Amino acid sequence: MTEADRRQQAIVDEFAFLDDWMLRFQQVIEHGEAMAPLPEALKTDDRLVRGCQSRVWLDAGAEAGAFRARADSDSQLVRGLASLLVRVYDGLPVEEARAAEVWFPREIGLAEHLSPNRANGLDAMQRALRAAAG
Amino acid sequence: MPDAVALDVERLRADFPILQRTVYDGKPLVYLDNAATTQKPRAVLDRLAAYYADENANVHRGVHFLSAEGTETYETARRSVQRFLGAEHAHEVVFTRGTTEAINLVAHGFAGRLGPGDEVVVSALEHHANIVPWQMACERSGATLRVIPSLDTGDLDLHRLDDVFSTRTKVVAVTHTSNALGTVNDLGPIIEAARAVDAAVLIDGAQAAPHAPVDVQALGADFFVFSGHKTFGPTGIGALWGREGWLEALPPYQGGGDMIDRVTFEETTYAGLPAKFEAGTPHVAGGIGLGTALDYLLEVGMENVAAYEDGLIAYAEERLAEVDGLRFVGTPAKRAGAISFLLDGIHPYDAGTVLDRLGVAVRTGQHCAQPVMDRFGVDGTIRASFAFYNTRADVDALVEGIGKVQALFG
Ligand SMILES: Cc1ncc(COP(=O)(O)O)c(C=O)c1O
Repeated sequence: MTEADRRQQAIVDEFAFLDDWMLRFQQVIEHGEAMAPLPEALKTDDRLVRGCQSRVWLDAGAEAGAFRARADSDSQLVRGLASLLVRVYDGLPVEEARAAEVWFPREIGLAEHLSPNRANGLDAMQRALRAAAG
Repeated sequence: MPDAVALDVERLRADFPILQRTVYDGKPLVYLDNAATTQKPRAVLDRLAAYYADENANVHRGVHFLSAEGTETYETARRSVQRFLGAEHAHEVVFTRGTTEAINLVAHGFAGRLGPGDEVVVSALEHHANIVPWQMACERSGATLRVIPSLDTGDLDLHRLDDVFSTRTKVVAVTHTSNALGTVNDLGPIIEAARAVDAAVLIDGAQAAPHAPVDVQALGADFFVFSGHKTFGPTGIGALWGREGWLEALPPYQGGGDMIDRVTFEETTYAGLPAKFEAGTPHVAGGIGLGTALDYLLEVGMENVAAYEDGLIAYAEERLAEVDGLRFVGTPAKRAGAISFLLDGIHPYDAGTVLDRLGVAVRTGQHCAQPVMDRFGVDGTIRASFAFYNTRADVDALVEGIGKVQALFG
């Protein structure tokens, strides 16, 4: 199991007890609220992730061999989803970030949010993270 | 209190199989995204199946039984469109892929007639489909695009028509009903202003045709366009109505089979109306399905539809107005179909996602009308849009859902 997989498993374990979608949404929102906001100065157009109905900013890249990721969104749900992705990616060795497969949304009953044509752009965020690691 | 109109909504709902279905974990579907597309009655579904099962053949070009029969059926469908629109002639009805293609057809035709200094007028409430084709025509011809401005209510500012129209105005393209805000435009003064300067008028009827009677002759415009899929018919089909004289005057849009009179390598002469604008094998099944949908609507009665929906929209406005923290985007004097709103501190996408999980289908975002969003200083809205098969219970489900959204994100 890779570090990215271990981190995703931890997320899945945390959501396992929430058997109602409303509770899962609530949990996602709370994760978003707990994430440090991206400084306004970093909310620039070149950090915007395309393909989302809400605005999503991603600030990611390699820093001394480690992959660093921060994100923000004006949607609370998307911010929450972004915070979970950040939790998976931030601090991984760059090599691992490049190779990481994201599978946790399926396992926590948010599968519909992974489909590429969903307006929340979880898929787009993931591609942007990969590109930043690549 | 029941609506005092001759429309039995429960009986009509039974005509729409999809309205019986559930989404997610057994939530009854509350479909409030009718401005995006409408559902299809059984009559249309059966007609499409019967066409492919028993009648399929190419039209206008066969000597055999099925081809002749198919041609007749297709032309009967054209007469259904004629009837629905109140058009004088069936040959003034051109089948297109939808509103978008119909507007492109007309704008393409005008591009060759416009020149530098000429002006094209649209309104501040247009869908992108009634902006971009005209921008392209302006780019090709050197003409200029002018815009009838809107008020904070979401109505057009008809006091400003004099500023927008000039003797250089050649064509005016305005929507009858705004897909983003639900505004029903008062077209009379606009058409009058266009007449005064001898400009042609195109009415985008995509959001008007599903909600109220259309009478193109009484309207006094030169072109009227709408989409089949928004009027309870199939996707991929729609219609352009144009005055005979204008359709004669405009050049063909696409070249190919069916639209020609005689072809040699030196010269081609074009077929008469409407074939001149229908190059290639048409969407026969779509045309027939659209005809069936419009026949169905005429049987329900568009007067009845309009009266019922007026009551339903008034109820929806009233219920939504009671919601704390809800702000209408657009409060037009006359509304049809759509209501756009925002919830304080909640992103439209978040609201739409939670409503969806509750079984309430709405649309969120910019509704293909970015200039409208810019005008109101919003990134997007939540839009609930209605059809005659929606009920007060649907409105109640929406309001109840909004309560849950506010509890979750509050
Ligand atoms: C007012 C208006 N015009 C044009 C269109 C484009 O219609 P279509 O996509 O069916 O061509 C729409 C569809 O949303 C609309 O609402």
